[in-house]
Amino acid sequence: MMTLQEIKKSLFTSLWFMFLTFPIMVIKVNTIEKTIEWRWERMAAVGLGAFVLSFVWRYLIQRKEAGKKRAEVGSEDKVPLIPRLMSDRRFYMPGLMATIVMVVAFPFVFSLYQTNVMITALIYVVVGLGLNIVVGLAGLLDLGYVAFYAVGAYSYALLNVHYGVTFWMALPIGAALAFLFGILLGFPVLRLRGDYLAIVTLGFGEIIRLVLENWNEFSFGPSGIANIPKPGLFGLDLSLQQSTTFIYFLMIGLALMTIFVVRRLQDSRIGRAWIALREDEVACQAMGIDKTRTKLSAFALGATWAGMGGVVFAAKTTFINPTSFTIWESIIILCVVVLGGMGSILGVIVGALILILLPEYLRAFSEFRMLIFGVILVMMMVFRPGGIISDVRRTYKFEGLGNKAENRGE
Amino acid sequence: MDYFLELFLGGLTRGSIYALIALGYTMVYGIIELINFAHGEIYMIGAFTGLIVISVLTLLGWNTVAVIVIAALVAMIYSAAYGYTIEKIAYKPLRGSQRLSALISAIGMSLFLQNYVLLAQTSNFLPYPNLIPEFTFVKPIEHIVRSTEIVIYIATALVMVGLTVLIKFTRMGKAMRAVAQDRDMAMLVGVDVNRVISFTFIIGSSIAALGGVLVASHIGQVNYYVGFIAGIKAFVAAVLGGIGSMPGAVLGSLVLGWTESFFTGYISSDYEDVFAFIFLVLILIFRPAGILGRSQTDKV
Repeated sequence: MMTLQEIKKSLFTSLWFMFLTFPIMVIKVNTIEKTIEWRWERMAAVGLGAFVLSFVWRYLIQRKEAGKKRAEVGSEDKVPLIPRLMSDRRFYMPGLMATIVMVVAFPFVFSLYQTNVMITALIYVVVGLGLNIVVGLAGLLDLGYVAFYAVGAYSYALLNVHYGVTFWMALPIGAALAFLFGILLGFPVLRLRGDYLAIVTLGFGEIIRLVLENWNEFSFGPSGIANIPKPGLFGLDLSLQQSTTFIYFLMIGLALMTIFVVRRLQDSRIGRAWIALREDEVACQAMGIDKTRTKLSAFALGATWAGMGGVVFAAKTTFINPTSFTIWESIIILCVVVLGGMGSILGVIVGALILILLPEYLRAFSEFRMLIFGVILVMMMVFRPGGIISDVRRTYKFEGLGNKAENRGE
Repeated sequence: MDYFLELFLGGLTRGSIYALIALGYTMVYGIIELINFAHGEIYMIGAFTGLIVISVLTLLGWNTVAVIVIAALVAMIYSAAYGYTIEKIAYKPLRGSQRLSALISAIGMSLFLQNYVLLAQTSNFLPYPNLIPEFTFVKPIEHIVRSTEIVIYIATALVMVGLTVLIKFTRMGKAMRAVAQDRDMAMLVGVDVNRVISFTFIIGSSIAALGGVLVASHIGQVNYYVGFIAGIKAFVAAVLGGIGSMPGAVLGSLVLGWTESFFTGYISSDYEDVFAFIFLVLILIFRPAGILGRSQTDKV
């Protein structure tokens, strides 16, 4: 289907991008030594890349349009592959078994390093599921999510330094403090419209980070807090290997608990209120749902999980400072949720595993990490807003009505 | 008194800078109701392009006011091209879908552009030569205000007047107002909405680039991250003035510039950014529509 016209179009795109990226990609000036470096080979690469990508882009747009048309005509919706596999007993049970075996065996089979990477990924699973409540279910874009993560981490670290509070005490305290912060921050800002909310939460995230950085007497400033103890197991002396394994299982437990709670929440009265609010605020209020309270509960519950994640993060790394809690951390967590699928639990888990494990094993491309995250955010929104594993909406069919329902188009 | 005057003029400079960025924000928001997170990055790209042009021309032996003028023009053209392309890639396919999607796409674009400049150029701060000539009449009051600052004031005032003329008296301005009021209706009466939106992005982006070159000349350095905080603050200013309103954006920017300047001058400079954010939260709580904005009611 490559017509002359399409080739012409792509050529034009290619030229346009060569023009567009010319100064920044090609010229590099050294103002101190007063030299200019011309990197023409990059221009060729951009031109070629843009030429090929423009075909891909057009194909994807066409496919999306076709998909939209099919949805409008109302032909039979295909259930996506993964939920279909999951509802099939033949695949579900063996799959579950294999997952359990793999999860249990992981720290004994793989090295300490691998286990540590996996723990990080699991922290992101938990935190991502927390953000999923806010962004995916309630549809509130929270760009300051990392602030609650910081609250959790710092509450454990500071309570430990000053009062010797242990990990197990700090976990609920950190969660509770994050919950409290969620309410405190959420209360004034949740009346705002969606896009203001994003900016204000971003502002709050930065405020917390700047305060942690500048208020030396309270938070030890940019130098951070070191020697935070790892979680204890009934006062046993654990070797490094053992304690890592222990944290791993602790995270598995925490992740399972999170999945359980989020699932129950999703199907509860409040969960349905969140989804309804995400879809249409005005209709929701007309049905008698208290907008502020519902939003606040989503915000605060999301914050709670960030708090727990923060406590574990502090315990795992044994050292924290404000640079771990920048706005980009919030955006990585957002990326996890968006890539995996907003509102879908399995999606968020898959998203976290992909986004955290892949960069870990593709060290060579590590400098491109954030660039690729940016591309992922844009591409997912343009082509697959539902994420890799999109949330399956519960639908009810009116079998008996037949023609009438078809005529109305839904 | 001199200290007060210094802070006042410093605030005016800050305010003018914010205004050059905030105008683009407010124009885009007025037309497609989207916070263009990538706007700060456009500003940064403008500053970078300007730096590259200045350096190349200086090395070729040019060394006059012409260099800064050419640099500013090239920066404006390039930023306009970036703005146009970004709209086509990241926002246009999302028109008509949920607002959350467009917002996430904008954040992705901002992240992408930052890292694009970081990878293609450098992560270090680059020194920015100031080629704006020293006016002789400024000499006696040099300790209070510099020539660069005067150029910034004049540029902001000119941009403001130009935009007002554009929006009030030209055909395109009329079309822009129509699209801002009701996109579907504008389409029905024959306004080419796609063209209007592209035009808005082009104008907004080139103003940001002008700001970028001037600010970088004033501050004397630039890196890939300067757009982010500047963008956020300009957004604060736009909201403060009433988002969607052009005089509001300028007024909000000036108010923010002065409050920041006096706050850092008299109270503390450690928490400058914290203060700007707290200011934003307070505005949004007590006067969400901003100083000159009208409060909207949701129509069902």
